[in-house]
Amino acid sequence: MMFFRSITIGQYIYRNSIIHRLDPRVKIFVVILIITSVFLINSWIGFFLIGLYLFTNIYLSKVHPKYVLKGIRPLIFIIAFTLLIHFFTTPGEVIYHIWILNITREGIQRGLFIAVRLFYLILSTSWLTLTTSPIALTDGIERILSFLKIIRIPAHEIAMMMTIALRFIPTLMEETEKIIKAQMARGADFESGNIVKRIQNFLPIIIPLFVSAFHRADELSIAMEARCYRGGEGRTHYRQLLITKVDYIFMIVTLLILILSYL
Amino acid sequence: MIKFNNVTHFYNTGQNHKITSLSGINMEIQEGDFVAIIGANGSGKSTLAKHINGFLLPGSGDVYVDGFNTKDIESIWNIRKKVGMVFQNPDNQLIATTVEDDIAFGLENIGIEEEEMKRRVDWALNIAELNVLRTSEPHLLSGGQKQRVVIAGALAMHTTYLVLDEPTSMLDPKGRKNILEIIKTLNEEKGITIIYITQFMSEAAQFKKIFVMDKGKIVLTGSPKSVFSQADLLMNLGLEVPQITQLARKLAENGLEIPSNIITEEEMVEYLCLYI
Ligand SMILES: Nc1ncnc2c1ncn2[C@@H]1O[C@H](COP(=O)(O)OP(=O)(O)OP(=O)(O)O)[C@@H](O)[C@H]1O
Ligand SMILES: [Mg+2]
Repeated sequence: MMFFRSITIGQYIYRNSIIHRLDPRVKIFVVILIITSVFLINSWIGFFLIGLYLFTNIYLSKVHPKYVLKGIRPLIFIIAFTLLIHFFTTPGEVIYHIWILNITREGIQRGLFIAVRLFYLILSTSWLTLTTSPIALTDGIERILSFLKIIRIPAHEIAMMMTIALRFIPTLMEETEKIIKAQMARGADFESGNIVKRIQNFLPIIIPLFVSAFHRADELSIAMEARCYRGGEGRTHYRQLLITKVDYIFMIVTLLILILSYL
Repeated sequence: MIKFNNVTHFYNTGQNHKITSLSGINMEIQEGDFVAIIGANGSGKSTLAKHINGFLLPGSGDVYVDGFNTKDIESIWNIRKKVGMVFQNPDNQLIATTVEDDIAFGLENIGIEEEEMKRRVDWALNIAELNVLRTSEPHLLSGGQKQRVVIAGALAMHTTYLVLDEPTSMLDPKGRKNILEIIKTLNEEKGITIIYITQFMSEAAQFKKIFVMDKGKIVLTGSPKSVFSQADLLMNLGLEVPQITQLARKLAENGLEIPSNIITEEEMVEYLCLYI
């Protein structure tokens, strides 16, 4: 049976590194830049440069590459699948023929490109979440979004939702575990029967969980109001974000490399 | 000063259906007081507590906190700054993902500047003995530690009044004792007014004054000694006297010369020592 206690939220790994100390806004912005440019680039030399850049970042963060690669493992199948699809479905110069399928030169090129793009996408987002604590990430997202307040993006509300989710996911998981154990003690069986039966078996878990979650939400809102919470207006921040010289240098280097790899 | 002026409150439960939860409450709590509120389940204790910070408003009558009427929308945030609240379930009161962030939550809400906020968080952490847990995540704390975080969050706001609604009922005996000790220190050393709702008579016995509630009314007020000397009345209200008082009565019934209004273990020990 599944037990959740081991799950930690986010995959943040604390290290004392330059990368960890970067402003979360800068890191989020850089990841967005990398992802966009990875989808614009169309040359092997460009991909090579970005790869070099990403691995340097991982090296600088002092986080062991195995953590980064761990994030890729579940997606290997998807990557392989897209690779194959492109091999066989791209029209062009046929270089290999099996049964009714043709592998084309263009197909191989395209497939590999897509695979590398997906690989980099995962690499850069893992790099971000491994080196940025959930709190810093939330703060960063809030500040970035607050520039978009003019177009009515509810920055503070989104950040508050993220915070509360982060805060309550472990609590709710613990509770789920308790309910599962309690139902199992009463003879509930979650492992046999067909799919419909199994889904039915989960109702005695889901329903108490929902009831309790609503109850929690109710009490939490009372506690928040008692502590003078009234939305984002006029609110100050305990955690100050500060863009330093290092942040600027990092930003400039990143931009240069992205431009270089695009040329 | 907190003042209840003939306060009545109803909960609407469906069409034309009302539950009277408070009726004709008159009560005054002075600054620096150390009071407990006891009463059977459903006697209106929580409803009364939620009136103090304007979370619930009286159906008739008025509640004043330092002269501000809770019905006055302008002053509600002022009142909530003055009145800190601690509820029963420690899990459902912590909002942020670390202890220090949670303590800062209230300060962020009222727009305290960065420097001052840091200072106040440090100060509150210190008083609630949470220094080593500063960066811990709430779900890894014990129930007692969580309640201390909630208390620290209220302290950081520089509250005058701290209202605690059965804060120890989900804690183990050790956590319970610890919370009560902290509350006492806050009252004695920081002069914070404590209004403490409890189901534990042994806890109530440690306060300076007790309000006893029944069916939305305050039926008895006084020092623990005077309140617990009325064992029969309390019994009728579905309450008990502290175990130590019960013991004293039994001993007195059996001919031992011992006053029946003993309310703490220390007193009991003192009297029993006379017989050695
Ligand atoms: N949200 C609500 N809606 C309707 N009725 C309510 C609500 N909350 C409380 N009541 C009713 O109001 C009365 C007083 O409830 P209250 O919660 O204040 O009692 P209490 O003394 O705090 O009890 P307990 O010891 O169980 O906490 C009870 O009869 C209760 O059923
Ligand atoms: Mg109650």
